[in-house]
Amino acid sequence: MSSVATTEPAIARGTRASIRGRMQDALPKIVLAPSFAITVIFVYGFILWTIYLSFTNSKTFPSYAITGARSYQRLWRWTFESDPPSSWYTSITNMGIFGVLYIGICLALGLLLAILLDQKIRGEGILRPIFLYPMALSFIVTGVAWKWFLDPGLGLEQTLHQLGWTSFHFDWIKNKDFVIYTVVIAGVWQASGFVMAMFLAGLRGIDGEIMKAAQIDGATTVQLYRRIIIPLLRPIFLSAFIVLAHMAIKSYDLVVALTSGGPGGSAWLPSNFMYEYTFKRNEMAVGSASAVIMLMTISAIIVPYLYSELKEKGR
Amino acid sequence: MLKLMSSTAIAGMLLLGAGIAHAADVKEVQMLHWWTSGGEAAALNVLKGDLSKEGYAWKDVPVAGGGGDAAMTALKAMVAAGNYPTASQMLGYTVLDYAQAGVMGDLTETAKKEGWDKSVPAALQKFSVYDGKWVAAPVNVHSVNWLWINKAVMDKIGGTEPKTFDDLIALLDKAKAAGVVPLALGGQNWQEATMFDSIVLSTGGPEFYKKAFNDLDEESLKSDTMKKSFDNLAKIVTYVDPNFSGRDWNLATAMVIKGDALVQVMGDWAKGEFVAAKKTPGNDFLCYRFPGTDGSVIYNSDMFGMFNVPEDRKAAQVALATATLSKSFQSAFNVVKGSVPARTDVPDTDFDACGKKGIADLKAANDGGTLFGSLAQGYGAPPAIANAYKDVVSKFVHGQIKSSDEAVKQLVQAIDDAK
Repeated sequence: MSSVATTEPAIARGTRASIRGRMQDALPKIVLAPSFAITVIFVYGFILWTIYLSFTNSKTFPSYAITGARSYQRLWRWTFESDPPSSWYTSITNMGIFGVLYIGICLALGLLLAILLDQKIRGEGILRPIFLYPMALSFIVTGVAWKWFLDPGLGLEQTLHQLGWTSFHFDWIKNKDFVIYTVVIAGVWQASGFVMAMFLAGLRGIDGEIMKAAQIDGATTVQLYRRIIIPLLRPIFLSAFIVLAHMAIKSYDLVVALTSGGPGGSAWLPSNFMYEYTFKRNEMAVGSASAVIMLMTISAIIVPYLYSELKEKGR
Repeated sequence: MLKLMSSTAIAGMLLLGAGIAHAADVKEVQMLHWWTSGGEAAALNVLKGDLSKEGYAWKDVPVAGGGGDAAMTALKAMVAAGNYPTASQMLGYTVLDYAQAGVMGDLTETAKKEGWDKSVPAALQKFSVYDGKWVAAPVNVHSVNWLWINKAVMDKIGGTEPKTFDDLIALLDKAKAAGVVPLALGGQNWQEATMFDSIVLSTGGPEFYKKAFNDLDEESLKSDTMKKSFDNLAKIVTYVDPNFSGRDWNLATAMVIKGDALVQVMGDWAKGEFVAAKKTPGNDFLCYRFPGTDGSVIYNSDMFGMFNVPEDRKAAQVALATATLSKSFQSAFNVVKGSVPARTDVPDTDFDACGKKGIADLKAANDGGTLFGSLAQGYGAPPAIANAYKDVVSKFVHGQIKSSDEAVKQLVQAIDDAK
């Protein structure tokens, strides 16, 4: 009897403690559950849904009867029978041109600006925000501003003609073969200052002792940058690359604002293609198929990268 | 579940329509439209005035963009999310698409009472009646095959009305020699395709146009006549200023209004811009049918698609529909808009010379069976096909498609793909 009396509170205390313990364990899960559920449905659920739609013949509204891979066949045919270039072919070649040039030039220009700005020059405090602030503008604003600036009847060409240089000719924005390069120009103008800021932070973070040691060893400035500083900036390169790459892939608005798609759709990126076909042309199945191909392309790059990153961490 | 996901997906992706159609009021009309240019906005004010007299508030949902692409995207988001507007400006096959999806209301009762069956041309009823039910109220009939000419420039170069396509080319040559931009064109695909509609009708004649662009007959689409049409398009595009790509249609009209350009090939909504700029036909500008198309009308019609709104908003919808098709509104609205009434029993007393010609042409074409739907404007075939067509024409104009042989091949292929 007495033993029962003594054990009862002990059991009660034990369960109370374990309830609190379990609550403590569960609390983060409970708090995270809604956002987790939302992510699962609205990201992964819709990815699956898009994949499903790409195998139907959805037009204006989704239809759910599977009709096979006709949309993919159309995309592939458009890719390989490419004379004259189909919109899909144009979109993916534009993505290649834009991606390589945009990322390449931004990195090069950003690094150059950062190195120049790092020479302890006067007025750095004024120059840095001037270079950085284009980043504060949205792509729409950048697009419209550059659209006017590059328009032969309004902007640069017209101004120079009025100033007397009448042979000056610059109509890339109206030219189907060059219009994608104007997108590169506007994009680089916007993002290179941001890349500069990243590199500048990286440069400031380099240990002065290393540089001093190198200078004592007789390294010239060029050697100093080439052999020591730039290699030390490798992590910055990587993060700048990732930021720029995702901006390149999603830069739908820049194309629309700057070129409204370009003459005959010649400035389209895959995102423009996807949007046009899904929402404007009432060819939802083809739009979905293009979205799936975009996703697979990006996964093909990102998954190996993530895998190698995680593997390194695991070690 | 899938249906729910589809609705949320589209709504979420577009982030449009949110907050537009909440808090519906019984005495309120919500109207989604893309009439944002000067002439168009003025025309819409007529309807706003008529409805406010009856005590209905007007809730505007304007989505800018000449061809209505952006507006249709916004509408899709609203409908998918179950946020039906009272009515939306819509074109041809889009009405049928939505009717098929079962989201349109039923106005048959009102239509019977008002006798729409008799007064609205049969060609329009094809798009405003679905499965025996009236689902849309046609607002006007536009015709696409017009030339708009600046009279001062025309006088300066000593031009006369072009009767054939070759006349037109000769006229454009004169303008070129006089140092004026001969042809004002906006390099957007719907504008290029709208012009091409007229060229095909001019080159191939009414029978050919109907077979190729309404019946989508493959033989006609790949015929030599179609090739000739593309050659004519190539010819006419050489008269455009180099800066035309991406220009809005009303800016091209402004070039003609200001005398910077001689002629624009555009639907009669261009007249609304002339009228808004206080110009009168005969004195300041001239309107001719596109050479070789006199007697036929390529039409499109703005319709107010009526959605399946809850009971408490039905009265407002009926009021809107009745007001839209009343003779007085049809006359007043179309005088401002540049188009002609969507019913054949409206007197043409208030219309200017171009409007009177338009009304007479429409009547003649309706009686003579030469009233054809414009493929570029979504009255020849469903949107997917119309867009495929616009794509090919635009690529041809901008030189991605280099020969008319190739263009014809692409056209057949694109239309086949989109079916």
